Amino acid sequence: MPLLVNGKRSDGRLPNEHRPVRMEVGVINNAEGSALVAYGNTVILAAVYGPREVPQKHLELPDKAILRVRYHMAPFSTSEGRKSPTPSRREIEISKVIRTALEPVIILERFPRTTIDVYIEVLQADGSTRVTGITAASLALADAGIPMRDLLVGVSIGKVSGTIVVDLNQLEDQYGEGDMPLAIMYGRGLITLMQADGEWTPAEVNQALDLAFKAAEQIYRLEKETLKSKYVEPSMSLVI
Amino acid sequence: MPLYVSDKQIVLPGGDAVATRDYNVSGSIYWDGDVAYSAVVGLINIRGGERDVEVIPLSGIYKPRVGGDIVIGYVVDIGLTGWVIDIKSPYSAYLPVQEATLKPIDLTAVDLKNLLGIGDIVLARIIDFNLTKDYPVTLTLKETRLGRIEGGTLVEIDASKVARVIGRRGSMVSIFSEELNCDVTVGQNGRVWIRCRDPGG
Repeated sequence: MPLLVNGKRSDGRLPNEHRPVRMEVGVINNAEGSALVAYGNTVILAAVYGPREVPQKHLELPDKAILRVRYHMAPFSTSEGRKSPTPSRREIEISKVIRTALEPVIILERFPRTTIDVYIEVLQADGSTRVTGITAASLALADAGIPMRDLLVGVSIGKVSGTIVVDLNQLEDQYGEGDMPLAIMYGRGLITLMQADGEWTPAEVNQALDLAFKAAEQIYRLEKETLKSKYVEPSMSLVI
Repeated sequence: MPLYVSDKQIVLPGGDAVATRDYNVSGSIYWDGDVAYSAVVGLINIRGGERDVEVIPLSGIYKPRVGGDIVIGYVVDIGLTGWVIDIKSPYSAYLPVQEATLKPIDLTAVDLKNLLGIGDIVLARIIDFNLTKDYPVTLTLKETRLGRIEGGTLVEIDASKVARVIGRRGSMVSIFSEELNCDVTVGQNGRVWIRCRDPGG
C-alpha cells in the first residue's frame, strides 16, 4: 500500500498536517484531575489521583513525591480483534517511557513522601498513542492542580516514502520507514522525550524537530484554552 | 522591572511569566533565574500597592500547614496511645491521647474507643506537621469549640476553594451564618460543618 501519493498521505493529509485535535478536562469526578484527548481516531483518557499516601511504604521518598504511570490499552481499543487486558511488555515499557517524560515537568519536591498516580487508558488506537497519552496526562495533571514547570505536548514525527511527516496514523506507524515520538515543554522550549527508530540523517532529524515544534505550538495553545475554559464563565452574548 | 500579569488574571503552568524578583511573589510559583512562573492553573491576586503578587491555585489537594489550621477529620483507626484521623490530605494525622482530653488518662484503665470511636468526626487544630514522623500531622482537641462534632451537616468542598468560602477576614462565612441562621464552621481541609438552630426553618 502506497503511503504517499502525489504529496498526499493515506488519509488525505499533507506531510505537515496534524490530525484534528480534541480536548476536554475534568471528565472523571472521582479523579483529582482528568482529560480526554483525541488525535484524529486515537482517543485517550487520562486520570490523575493524588498526591496521596504511598501504599507500599518502602517506595516513598523522603524528599519528593514519586510518580507512577500506567499506560494501558482497553480490550476494545484496537481494530484487529480483542486485545488482552493484561499489561503487555510493550505497555509496561511505554508506561516507563511516559513516566520519565513527565518527571522533569512535575515539581515533585513540593509533596515529599507521597505518590502521584497517572492512569492513561487508550480507548481507541490509531497510531501515536504514547504522544496522545502524554498530552492527556499533562492536561490531567494541570487539572489536578499539581505544580508543574510547564504543560507538555506529545507529537509524533515519522518517515514515509522518504518524506518526513507529522502525527503518524496506524498505517504509517506499521509500514513507515521510521517514527520519532517527542514530548515538548513548549513554553520553555525543552524536549523531555525523544525516541526514534528507522534510519534518520542529521538533516532529517533537524527537519523532524522543526515540524514537531510547529505542530506542538497549535496543540499547546489548545491545551491552554481548554484549561482556561473550565474557569471562565460562558459568554453571555447570546442572552437577549 | 516588569510585572507580567494583571489582577484576577488566570495563569497556567509554565508559559506565563508572573513577575521578577522586584515583586513579592508568593503562592504556587517556581523561579527560573529571576523570573517567577506559575506552577498551576491559578488566579492572580495583587495587593499591597501592587507589590505583593500571589498565584492562588484553582484546584488541588489540602497540604497541612503548621500555622495551626483548623480541620475536620474522621476517626479511621484506634492505636494504643491515640487515634488516626483522616483529614483528606496525603499526610495522615494522629491525635494522641494527651491532646484529646484535659484530664490525664490512665491508659491501662480506659478503653480509647469509649472516648472516640471509628467513624466519629472531630474538629481539631494542627499543632505539628513533621515529615520525619510516621504520622506527619499531630492534632489537638484541647481548646474551646474543638472536639467531637455531632448533628448538623458536613459538606465536602475543594480545599482550594476554602479561602473563597471564608472570604476576606471571614466576611463570606459570616454572611452564610446570618442568612442561614446556622453555625458554619469551615475546616481548612475542605470540610464545612453546618449546624442549624432551627432545623425546620
